[in-house]
This record gives sequence, C-alpha cells and structure tokens, in this order.
Amino acid sequence: MATIDYPLQHPKAEPGEFSFSESLYRWVATVDHKRLGLMYIVAALIFFVVAGIMATVMRLQLMFPNGHVVAPDTFNRLFTMHGTSMVFLVGMPMVAGFANYLVPLMIGARDMAFPRLNAFGFWIFLLGGLLLYYSYLGGGGLSGDGSAPDVGWFAYAPLTESGFSRGHSSDYWALGVLVSGFGSIASAINVIATTFSLRCPGMTLSRMPMFVWVMLIDSWLILVALPPLSAAQIMLELDRFLGANFFNTQNGGSAVLWQHYFWIFGHPEVYILIFPAFAILSEVIPIFSRKPLFGRPAMVGAVVAIGFISLGVWAHHMFAVGMTSWSNTFFAASSMLVGIPTGIKIFNWTATMYGGKLRFSTAMMFCIAFLFQFLVAGLTGIMLAVAPFDWQLHDSYFVVAHFHFTLIGGLVFGLFAGMYYWFPKASGRLLSEKLGKWHFWLLCIGFNMTFIPLHFAGMLGMPRRIYTYAPGRGWELWNLIATIGVFFQIAGVLCFTWNVLRSALRGTPAGDDPWDAWTLEWSTTSPPPEYNFEKLPVVRSSRPLWDLKHPQDPDWEWE
Amino acid sequence: MAHGHLVAENPLVMEREWKLPDRGTVGIIFLIVTESVLFSMFVIAYLIYIGKSLVGPYPKDVLELPILASICLLSSSGTIVFAEHALKHNQIGKFKLWWALTILLGAYFLWATGAEWHKLIYEDHLTISTNLFGTTFYSLVGLHASHVTVGLVFLSIVLIVTLMGFPIQTQLRRVLFLSWYWHFVDAVWVIVFTVVYIIGR
Amino acid sequence: MFNHVLSAWLQAQVPGVAEHRIANIFKPLATPAESERTAAYLVLAIAAGIFLVVASLLVYTILRFRRRPGESELQEPPQVYGSNQIEAAWTVIPILIVFVLIGVSARVIAAIENASPPPQMLKIELIGHQWWWEVRYPDYGLVTANEIHVPVSSDGKRATYLELTSMDVIHSFWVPQLAGKTDLIPNRINYTWIDPREAGVYVGNCAEYCGTQHANMLLRVIAQKQADFEAWLAEQKKPANEDPQASQAKAAFGSLSCVNCHMIRGTQAVGKFGPDLTHLMSRQTLGAGVLANTAQNLRAWVNDPQESKPGCFMPSMKLTDPQLDQVVSYLQSLK
Repeated sequence: MATIDYPLQHPKAEPGEFSFSESLYRWVATVDHKRLGLMYIVAALIFFVVAGIMATVMRLQLMFPNGHVVAPDTFNRLFTMHGTSMVFLVGMPMVAGFANYLVPLMIGARDMAFPRLNAFGFWIFLLGGLLLYYSYLGGGGLSGDGSAPDVGWFAYAPLTESGFSRGHSSDYWALGVLVSGFGSIASAINVIATTFSLRCPGMTLSRMPMFVWVMLIDSWLILVALPPLSAAQIMLELDRFLGANFFNTQNGGSAVLWQHYFWIFGHPEVYILIFPAFAILSEVIPIFSRKPLFGRPAMVGAVVAIGFISLGVWAHHMFAVGMTSWSNTFFAASSMLVGIPTGIKIFNWTATMYGGKLRFSTAMMFCIAFLFQFLVAGLTGIMLAVAPFDWQLHDSYFVVAHFHFTLIGGLVFGLFAGMYYWFPKASGRLLSEKLGKWHFWLLCIGFNMTFIPLHFAGMLGMPRRIYTYAPGRGWELWNLIATIGVFFQIAGVLCFTWNVLRSALRGTPAGDDPWDAWTLEWSTTSPPPEYNFEKLPVVRSSRPLWDLKHPQDPDWEWE
Repeated sequence: MAHGHLVAENPLVMEREWKLPDRGTVGIIFLIVTESVLFSMFVIAYLIYIGKSLVGPYPKDVLELPILASICLLSSSGTIVFAEHALKHNQIGKFKLWWALTILLGAYFLWATGAEWHKLIYEDHLTISTNLFGTTFYSLVGLHASHVTVGLVFLSIVLIVTLMGFPIQTQLRRVLFLSWYWHFVDAVWVIVFTVVYIIGR
Repeated sequence: MFNHVLSAWLQAQVPGVAEHRIANIFKPLATPAESERTAAYLVLAIAAGIFLVVASLLVYTILRFRRRPGESELQEPPQVYGSNQIEAAWTVIPILIVFVLIGVSARVIAAIENASPPPQMLKIELIGHQWWWEVRYPDYGLVTANEIHVPVSSDGKRATYLELTSMDVIHSFWVPQLAGKTDLIPNRINYTWIDPREAGVYVGNCAEYCGTQHANMLLRVIAQKQADFEAWLAEQKKPANEDPQASQAKAAFGSLSCVNCHMIRGTQAVGKFGPDLTHLMSRQTLGAGVLANTAQNLRAWVNDPQESKPGCFMPSMKLTDPQLDQVVSYLQSLK
C-alpha cells in the first residue's frame, strides 16, 4: 500500500513515562478518539450491568403469580429505569464508542474531525446518565413522592404532567435524557464531518468500509431523530415547571401529540441502536468467511434506504390511539416497506458466508446467532406492522419479546461480536476463545429461554408493565421459563467479564492483524499508537490490506 | 490536520488531486440541519394548536406585527455579509463597523421581543400557561430568541477580541461559520413570523 | 393477605356462566377479534414460511462451507462480489410479499374501523380513571363501574358500540377474545365495537401503563342473552335498594366522607371521584378486579384498600370497628 509522509505534530510518548495521577489526568482530559471510544464502551457496559440487575429483579417478581419480591411502585421504577438506561445509557454510548474508536482508524485518519467536541460529547453523556440516576436520591417532591421516574421509558403524557407525576422524578427523566442527547448529537456531527473530510487519499465514499457507511447514516439519523425528543422533553418541562399546556388535556392540550413527537424520535432511534450491529456484522462476517461482503452497493443502498424510510413509520407505535383507517394503513404499509432493505441485509450476509471458508471464532458465532435471532425479530416486526395484528398485540408481552429479540438477540449479540473482534486491536491481547464460547452458549440459551416464551404470554393476553398477575390466565408457565433463562444470561455475562479482565492482564499478545483482515485498522499496531498511522495510507479499493496481501489479485482490478 | 490538497507521489495511484470538503463546513451545515429539525417541532406544535385555545386572549386580539424588529433582524443578515466582505479584503476597520452594526440590530430585535412580551404579559394577561396560544407562542418565539441570544454572545466575543487587537482575519473561516449560523437564525425568523403573525392570526 | 387477593378473583363466578379466563387471541368470540385472527394466521404463515426458507439456507451454509480441518489457510475461496440477478430476486420477492400484506391490512383495517353499525346497537360510554372503569349507558340513564354488561349477538345482528375516553391519563381497553385494543385518551373520544357470540364473562386488562395500579385495572365484559341483559338493565336502573333493616347502617354511612367520592343513586351520596356503588352487590369483584366480592373481602377493602391495591386513591378511612360494621352492612344491602 502506498503511503505519504505525514509529519507528527507531537513527539511520541514512551510507555511507563507517567505516574498514576498523570495517567489518570491523561484519561480524564483526553481528546484521543481511541480513549474516548473505550470510555464510552466501558460506561455503556457498566450501565448494562446495572440495568440488567434491574431486569433480573423484575423477572424474579414476575416468576410466579401474585409475586411480592418488590412493591408495585418499585417495580414501576425498575421497568422505567431499565428501559431508559438500556436505550440511552447503553445503546447510544455503544454507537458513539464504536464509531469514535473505529472510524478514524478505518479511514486512515489520525483522529476525529473535532477531538474536543468528542470529549465534550462523552462527558455530557455521562453527566446526563448520572443526573438520571441521581433521581433515586433527589427525586423527592413536596409530599415525598418521587424517587426514580416510574412513567415508563417512553413517558407518555399526561401521566408525566405535574398533576399525575408528583415530585421531580419525571423531571430527572426528561432532563437526564435531554442532556445526554446533546452528547449524541455532538458525536453524530463529529462522525459526519470526519467521514466527509478526513478520508485518506484514494478512499472515495464507495471505497469506505461498510462499517463507516453504516455509522455515517446512523449519525444522520441521530441528527434528525433526536431533536423531536428534545423538543418534546423541553415542552414537557415547560408544562411541568411553567404551567404550559402542550400536553395538558385539561386546557386543550393533546396527549397524542407527545406520542407523535416521541415516536418520530423513537422509531428512528431503534435503527440508530441496531446500526452498530449491522456495521459490525458487515466487517466480521467477511473476515471469518474469507470472502468480501456480498453486494456492497446494495448494502450501502439498503442502509441509506433505511435512513430515510425509517423516518416515516413512527405511528405504527400508535395503532391503538384511534387514528383514521387511512393513517393506519399508511403506517402499516411504510413499516412493512422498511423491512425490505433490512431483510436484504440478512440475505447479503448469508450470501457472504455462502461459498466461503467459515471459521467459527467467538465473534463469528455471535454474528451467526444474530442472523437467526434478528430474522425472528424482523419477522415478528412485520407481523406487528399488520395493524389488525398489532391491535391485539400492541402493549403486550409479544411486543416485549419482539424488541428484546432485536435488541438483545440482535444488537447485544452484534456488539459482543465486535468486542471479540476488536478487543485484540484495542488492547494488544486476544480474548480467550474457550471462555468466549462459554459466554456465547450461555447467553444464547438463556436469551432464547427468556424471550421465546414471552411471545406466547402476549398472545394469551398478558399486557406490558404489570407488576404482577393472577393465576389461571395461562401465563404462569411462560413467565417461569422466562425467569429461569435469566440465570443463564447472567452466567454468560460473568464469563465475558472474567474473560476481559483476565485477557487484559495476561492474554496472548495479538499482533497487528490476528484475524488476517482487510481494513486499515489492522495495518497499524495493536494497540495503535496515539497518532494511529505513522504514514498516511493511500488506498485503491475497499480492501486495502487484501490488495497488499494479494498483489496478483487485487480488488481494484475488479472495481 | 488539513488533508486539503495532497497529491500522491505515485501518479499511478491517484488520477487527480485529493480534495475533501472542509470539516468545519460540514460541521456547521449539519448543526444547522439538526437545529432546523428542533425548530420544526415547535412550529408544528404551533400550527396544530392554532384555533384550539379554550380561553382567550386570542392572537388577533393581542398580536401586533413586529415590522421594525423584523426589518432590523433581517437587515442584520445584510450587514453581516458586508462585514464578511470587508474581512476577506483585510479591511479590519470596515469589518468592525459592519459587525458592530449587526450586533446592534440583533440586540434591538431582542429588546423589541422583550417589550412585546412585557405588553402581552402585563397588559393582555397572556402567559405561557394561559392557553394553547400562550404556550406555543412563548415557546416558539422564545426558542428563536434564545438562539438570537447565543448568536449575539458569539458575535460579541468576536467583536471584543478584534477590538482588543486580535488578528481576526486569521480566523476568517470560523467567522464565516458564525455568519452562516446568524443567517440561519434570520431564516428561522422568517418562518416564525409567517406562522405566528400571518397564518396564526 | 394475598390469599384473598387475586387468586380468588377468578373464582368469582356467576354460577352457570362460562368464564373465559384464558384470553387467547386465537380463540376469538366476536367479529373484530375474528378478523384480527384471520389477519394473524395469514401473517404468521408468511412469516413462518420466510423463516423456514432463510433459516434453512443459513443452516445449510454453516454446515456446507465450514472450514474443514487440514484445509490450507492460505487458499482463499473465490472472491465473489455480488450477483445482480440474485439480488434483484431477493428484492422483488419481498416487495411482492409486502404488497400482499399491505392489501390484507388495508382490508381488515377498513372492515373493523369503518364497519357500519348493525340494526341493533347498544351504546356504552367507557371512561377510564386511575385505576377503575366508569361504564355509562346513555340510552338508559345508567352508570355503573368496572363490569361491562352487553347483550350477546348470536345472530350477528346485535353489537355494542363503545365510546372511549379518560378522565385522567391514557388507558386502554383490551379484551382479547372480543376485539383488539383501543386507547382511552383524555380530551379525545375513541370508538370500538364488540359483538360477543357466546354468553359468558370475558376478562381483560387495561393495556396502557397508567400509573401505580395499572396491573390491577382489570376488565370484565359480561355478555348475556337478551332476556338476562334486559333483566340486569331493569335492576340497575332502580335507585339504591332501601332495606329497612339497614336504615341505621345507611345513616351511619351517610355521616362519613364516603359520600364525597361515591355515588349511590337515590341517597345523599353524590360523589363522582370514585365508582358508582348503587348496585355494588351485583358485581363479581371489588377494586376493578382485585378482590372477589365476598363479605370478608368487602370488609378488608373498606378497612384498608391500600392492603390489596397499594397506591390506589381510596384511602384507609381509619374507621372504628363499629363504624366499619355499619358501612359494610349498608354496602351489602346495595343489591
């Protein structure tokens, strides 16, 4: 691969040169995209464990009918904080973490376009998260009502209006998430500017790794979808603090307006959340199939299509609200349409594997499980898009099962694939494949054991967000199995944690390119130096390292 | 980190110069995109709630067209263009003049908004909690005014450092981005004016 | 405490009346639920078909193309970049499937939402409260709570048309065997309709999170044959039962603040905040389904509703035992 001399602006630091407090300072004050990326991911994993514990308590409460593991109010706070944390404090920072770490490395740049904005984004995300959790301590209002929010992660009005939500819990929800959202927007602007302005010579947009494409469109979605949520939260706070009437039905306001605004954000949000998994799969599957990504142009087209169509499907969350049959039909149609580019991606990943030489590393196994599980999730999604079907199953455990299949079966599995794949690059050490396989199987069995039965509970009439249920409704068996599955999942995550800690300290050194891969991040050391690349790379195809390793059969001869 | 104009040593590798958009340009454009979406949400709320207030006062009773304030704000887009032009040609004196005029026009707009709100609150008894008109009016106009304020703060910083002797012409790019932000704020006013004072009345 | 809570709820049966406890969406007993089941079958079949095809392909791929031991690591498989024909096929076929689904959806949506009312239609206004249901029969001047009595429509010519709204936050009416759910939204009126085919008790839940006791805002739709329904209506239209033996209890009741929240027609209790109690003893449950309506439960409820439904808006009135006796005996006279 050709390179260009690219003088460094600062002298290289030698390892071991810093004292503990200097090291700490360097982490806290860093603007290096790699460090910030890791900080995002670590913060997300910590919130993941916290929110996972909440889910465990909920499943214990629901394991048997008439449960009294927790009080009703506690349960209602648990599901609110679980959902809010998982979406805003796990999913969103994972987007930012993976994007910020990998995009500059993949496009041959030394850092993001705006390194200080990057740091600002991280710290404000963290502030928002801490603000949300501070509600447990500070949420008490006039009458002692309060504590953490208990209005559900989508906080429907008018339940969130001051008349029905006393104390400050709902304020912590709105402000914590609002503040965190500024971080996401900052990160998104940064990714877009980096992608457009910092690509190394020869890397046209069509030669960019698929990962970078997906993160680019993800950032577009963030920029366009987050403001409606921020607007709605500002309106809610104006209602709560200044007596405004946006959602105050007693003075003419509309409860449905909140839902529109929330879901105009909320639906694109779920694509924002899943895109990192799409991005990761598009990098990992080709490497472990030893074939290029099948149908790159169509994959790019599919991601772009999702980036636009997903903005027009939001009211499928509102089929029960009493919209006209025209509206319901329109949104049913658009929701089914958005399933097409998504389905195409599954086909393309499968076709990438077809005819290849599959290597079942831990990363690859997570990808394969994703394919099966996300297929199921996508299909239950299409089913729910058929509005009459949704009229029965909206707000039931069928929907809970559906979105956990997309988010755990899809996103979490994809993220773990990415972690197993890039951990060696970031740390210089390999994760244990043996522990990885244990992690994978425990998680896979546990996840399916928990969420497959919940489809049936929904079809038997079990609604969401109930802290307990009567026996004799046909729900007991499914809830029991679902709770048992949780313990397998916990065991799996423990394996992962142990794997990370052990490997970080005494894992096998990975070398620059342990997987024999093809994108630019593998051309530098593991971990990369602060400046990423000593010399500016110049590329001629979408697989520069393939070209280097196969000079007799380079990709650019086939472009 | 200017990638701007790199030419590869090996002519076989690159057919032409490698030119990418400037990152600041991309950044400010997408900032404006996201802010537009935010404003749209408040505009939509305003439009949806037109005519839906359960009690008065109603727009036609209390709203007067803020002609002078609008002329000032929109002219400030013109003065800022002159300021930029002067800066591009290194005419710092002229730049300071036009830039200061921009700030004054913007400040007047803010003052006029404040005066209008004072009248609405104390004479017409319209507050944000009175009815849907009050809610949507103060939030939309207020959101815009907050952006004017932020703009004025940054414009003032530029003026102050220039007056203190900082060679502002070295930051032409960033001054340009700031002026784009200002144009955006003015464009939003055109929409707010139309929605609130024309359609909504 | 919990031994008289939910577990007893479903034992509260009217003798001889079928109780449909398992609200299976695949066992519809009214037209809307039936149309929804038809749509469900179709979409399930299509989804299952797609799943089988794609999953089989995946399984095949995994088995067929795995790296065999002993294969050289240096030999890469043929680097295929794509195939226009295959990609076109798997774009067009899903588009066609989607069009079919859109067509089906449009038809079923219209059939349910724009259905013309049958010749005989009963109108009910259902108003959601935190955490109970107010049920009004405007044509009969009747107000009751938590149980919705409707006539059976065995010939398909009778339906009940419900107007839904809420006094506070958003609730949702979901009785799966009768119809899909429709939300009860404050400051808005939504409509739904049901035509139960068989007599019986149909259970459901509030299906939109509405606060602390959302889980215990339960629904019972009681479909009755026409004669039984009319008898029920006639009973309900009467003002509160004046049992001479309970006149002392009634006086005691009237002196307490219960009358501020509850309505008992024909007495001085004209409160609108809580459920109408005029014919409380005609109902199978208390507290919107939390307790079976037995003497013991009634006493426990009046003594401290917070025990069975913590967070609900009926406070414990801290009655003395004699007062409690009076109140309960009066309430028990409200047949």
